[in-house]
Amino acid sequence: MTPAEKLPPLDFDTFLSGVWRENPVLVMLLGMCPTLAVTNSAINAFAMGTATTFVLVGSGALVSLLRRLVPGTVRIATYIVIIASFVTVVDYLIQAVSLALYAALGAFIQLIVVNCIILGRAEAYASKRPLGHAIVNAAGVGTGFTLGLLLLGSVREILGAGTLFGLPLFGEQFQPWVVMLLPPGGFFVLGMWLLVFSWLREHSGKPRAEARHIHGH
Amino acid sequence: MATESLATIALNALLVNNFVFSLFLGLCPFLGVSGRLNTSWPMGLATMLVMFVSSVCAFAINWLLTVVQLEFLRLICYIAVIASAVQLVEMSLKKFSPTLFRALGIYLPLITTNCAILGVALFQTAKEYDFVQSMVYSLAAGAGFTLALVLMAGLRERLELASVPKVAQGAALTLMLAGTLSLAFMGFAGLGGAE
Repeated sequence: MTPAEKLPPLDFDTFLSGVWRENPVLVMLLGMCPTLAVTNSAINAFAMGTATTFVLVGSGALVSLLRRLVPGTVRIATYIVIIASFVTVVDYLIQAVSLALYAALGAFIQLIVVNCIILGRAEAYASKRPLGHAIVNAAGVGTGFTLGLLLLGSVREILGAGTLFGLPLFGEQFQPWVVMLLPPGGFFVLGMWLLVFSWLREHSGKPRAEARHIHGH
Repeated sequence: MATESLATIALNALLVNNFVFSLFLGLCPFLGVSGRLNTSWPMGLATMLVMFVSSVCAFAINWLLTVVQLEFLRLICYIAVIASAVQLVEMSLKKFSPTLFRALGIYLPLITTNCAILGVALFQTAKEYDFVQSMVYSLAAGAGFTLALVLMAGLRERLELASVPKVAQGAALTLMLAGTLSLAFMGFAGLGGAE
């Protein structure tokens, strides 16, 4: 936290680590509640991802700016209040832009407050880094979160309704797999994605780790 | 004002719209603490207590904010109240059962960011429950959360003895299991009337 502490340079990796290596949905398993609850269509998933990204960037920036002013003992409470303010803004914003979307997302917009990704980023990253780093990293994590939601939302919408972003894909004969839109489908699809990704890691992890090792020397 | 009977509210929150399996609330502690039976039920009870306390406070706050017409502060006030309620439970647990306090570890302060609790406060406001209805709702929701946690912990303890392919171990399998449980809970759908 001291200014003398050496900071990693602000580069593309600051952004990318949140998108891929520390993807909140697929790797860290954070923010599960909105992830599963609103991803029954790709549009909802995208809206939720965007709203969360906005709160992430906004609160990250503010936390980073105030990092020398906030006393350590009340920092969590301060962060929560900052986050809650941004969520209130988003809540009224979505209500103003699209009532249909507001109805579809329901209480989950307000529940962004308790999304652990945001508090986690504020505490672990933004409170120790200058403004630029905090914003770029928050944008990366937000993008990663949105991507994760989209992966889930598109699969569930394709299987459960035969559409993607509301556009029909399969024609008349398609028999929708309704359970995918219902709560169990959310658990199953996320479980499947985790399987896919852990399989990928298993099969590509080793060579890449070796390559990095050689690079390091 | 909501006109549902107390029994309907309780049944709805406990089984039909179980907070974990059909509303996806409180998944972080659900996935985190459901590994062992003997920590799962105290965690459930602690959550239930916090839920009850914060639900009562949320009711009072909502009334106050409506009187002074500051509804846009609702979210901020709710979250502050929940954080204090968690602190209260934490302190009393530390005093009365230090072993349990240690067993729950980091998950105890994390009750603050358990969306099920904020969820109870927000839903009871949205549904315009009166005071008694809110209390029943929060208790039943807490009981439903505990039920989900204990069921899951029992299953996961058994799973440790099964031989599972290496790729599927960990979170992926847990989620599949939760999906199956959620499927089972859909069987209650006809009981309490539509949401």
